[in-house]
Amino acid sequence: MTMDRSSRLNRRQLLAGAGGAILISTTPLSAWAAQADMDRARLDLFGDRPVQEGRVTVKLPPIAENGHSVALSVSVESPMSAENYVKRIAILSPRNPLATIAVFHLTPHSGMAEVSTRIRMSGTQRIVAIAEMNDGSLWSGGMETLVTLAACVLQ
Amino acid sequence: MASIRLAVPDTAQRGETVEIKALIQHDMESGFRRGSRGEAIPRDIIVRFECRYDGAVVFAADFHPAVAANPILTFHLRATKSGPIDFEWTDQHGTQWQDQAVLEVI
Repeated sequence: MTMDRSSRLNRRQLLAGAGGAILISTTPLSAWAAQADMDRARLDLFGDRPVQEGRVTVKLPPIAENGHSVALSVSVESPMSAENYVKRIAILSPRNPLATIAVFHLTPHSGMAEVSTRIRMSGTQRIVAIAEMNDGSLWSGGMETLVTLAACVLQ
Repeated sequence: MASIRLAVPDTAQRGETVEIKALIQHDMESGFRRGSRGEAIPRDIIVRFECRYDGAVVFAADFHPAVAANPILTFHLRATKSGPIDFEWTDQHGTQWQDQAVLEVI
C-alpha cells in the first residue's frame, strides 16, 4: 500500500514537473531582451552615432556554470591621456531581461581603461561592450559565453 | 549594514597606475525573482558607485539588476599625489555607504 502511494505521489510530482517545464518553454520571448532592446539601450546611451568594431576586448569564461555570477573584464586600447581617453564603457546583453548590465565612467586619471566585475547572465549569449572616447567616437567588442545554469529563469 | 572591502596599495610612485578593488556586501535583488509562494520579490539594488581622489570623481559606475550580488569592481587609478581615496555606493532608495583608503605617493 505504502509503495503504491509513494509511486502515485512520484507520478504526480513528475507531472507537475513536466507542466512546469512546458510553462517555462512557452513563456513569451518578450520577457527577455532581444537584439532590438540592445539597440534601444545603445540609442539611449550614445544616440545614433556609428559604432566601429575594435579596440574593445571583453573577457568572460568560455563556459559559465552559474549564470548568477560570471566574471567579466573589459579593456579598451587607449593612452588614457588628457587629450585621448575613454569616457564611458557600457556593458550590454542581448538576452537578459534588461539589456543594460552596467555603465563605467572613466577619466584620464584612470590611467588604464580596464574594468572587471561580476555579472548575471540569463542564458548563453554574446555580451557586448561599447566604449565612448572623449572625441565622441564609439568602439565595440564582445564575447560569447555558454551558460549552463541561467540566472533569472531558474531560481 | 553593508560590509565593505577595499584593496588599495599603501604606496605608489608618482605617475604609476595602481589597481583598486572595491567590494560591498549587498544582495542586489534583481526584481525578477519570485519567492516560495510565487510572489514577486521587489527590486533592491545599488545603482551608483563613485571613487573620488585628488578632488575629483576619477571613476564611477552605474549598476543595473544584472550586476551580481556583492558587487565587486576592479579598476585603475593614476597616482598623482598623496591623499585619501573615497569610495561611495548609493542604492535606489538613496541610502549611501562610504569608505576611505589613503595612498602615499613617493
